[in-house]
Amino acid sequence: MSTKLIYFAWVRERIGKPEEHVELPAGIETVADLLRWLKSRGEEYENALQYPDVIRVAINQEHVGHREKIAGAREIALFPPMTGG
Amino acid sequence: MASTIAPAIRVQREDFDVAAEIAALTKGRTDIGAVVTFSGLCRDEEGALAALELEHYPGMAEAEIGRIAAEANGRWPLQGLTIIHRHGKIAPGENIVLVVAASAHRQAAFEAANFLMDYLKSRAPFWKKEHHADGSEGGWVEAKEADDEAADRWNTPDK
Repeated sequence: MSTKLIYFAWVRERIGKPEEHVELPAGIETVADLLRWLKSRGEEYENALQYPDVIRVAINQEHVGHREKIAGAREIALFPPMTGG
Repeated sequence: MASTIAPAIRVQREDFDVAAEIAALTKGRTDIGAVVTFSGLCRDEEGALAALELEHYPGMAEAEIGRIAAEANGRWPLQGLTIIHRHGKIAPGENIVLVVAASAHRQAAFEAANFLMDYLKSRAPFWKKEHHADGSEGGWVEAKEADDEAADRWNTPDK
């Protein structure tokens, strides 16, 4: 199943694209697994996800923690801590 | 605490008129005793900033503000609530965000507005990038730990 990944702010700039569709390999069950896998996809990902702990994640447009399961996610967004308001 | 008000939530590029938003919230009402408004403005530090560029997550921005508003609605007896957050390029002196909270008595309106701003800052998906007055692109504004702490003090169970 293809999953839509969306990136914002410096995560988007470092990865070099605003979004992409990926086929997640077997064994990627949680947000933390996803971040670890993405980080191994190339220098730009390594650069964006160097410190995975600071990366905030939303599944289907709702905040989730890194231990959240990603099964059934249509849209997963990765972004830095928010600075609105 | 049962509450039936529907908050007005807008995420928009255009500016807003604070007085008009207050008027829209209170028009024809005789039950509102207190209106607290908070406006956040783009602030320049020593002439170095040309603009802030606010990136947002379309769809989630509205949804998350809606969730934050629902939380405030459950905690305080609000009679009206308007939240507007702008995106795009915003020059120093311009408006960025507006919260208007109405209630029968002042305490609920004060506290709800305060809570809403703390939560908007740490949970609404917006990111500020600086553009310098000398034409160079500045960096992304870093999130402040103090903002997270400000939100944490409300002690929500859903985090």
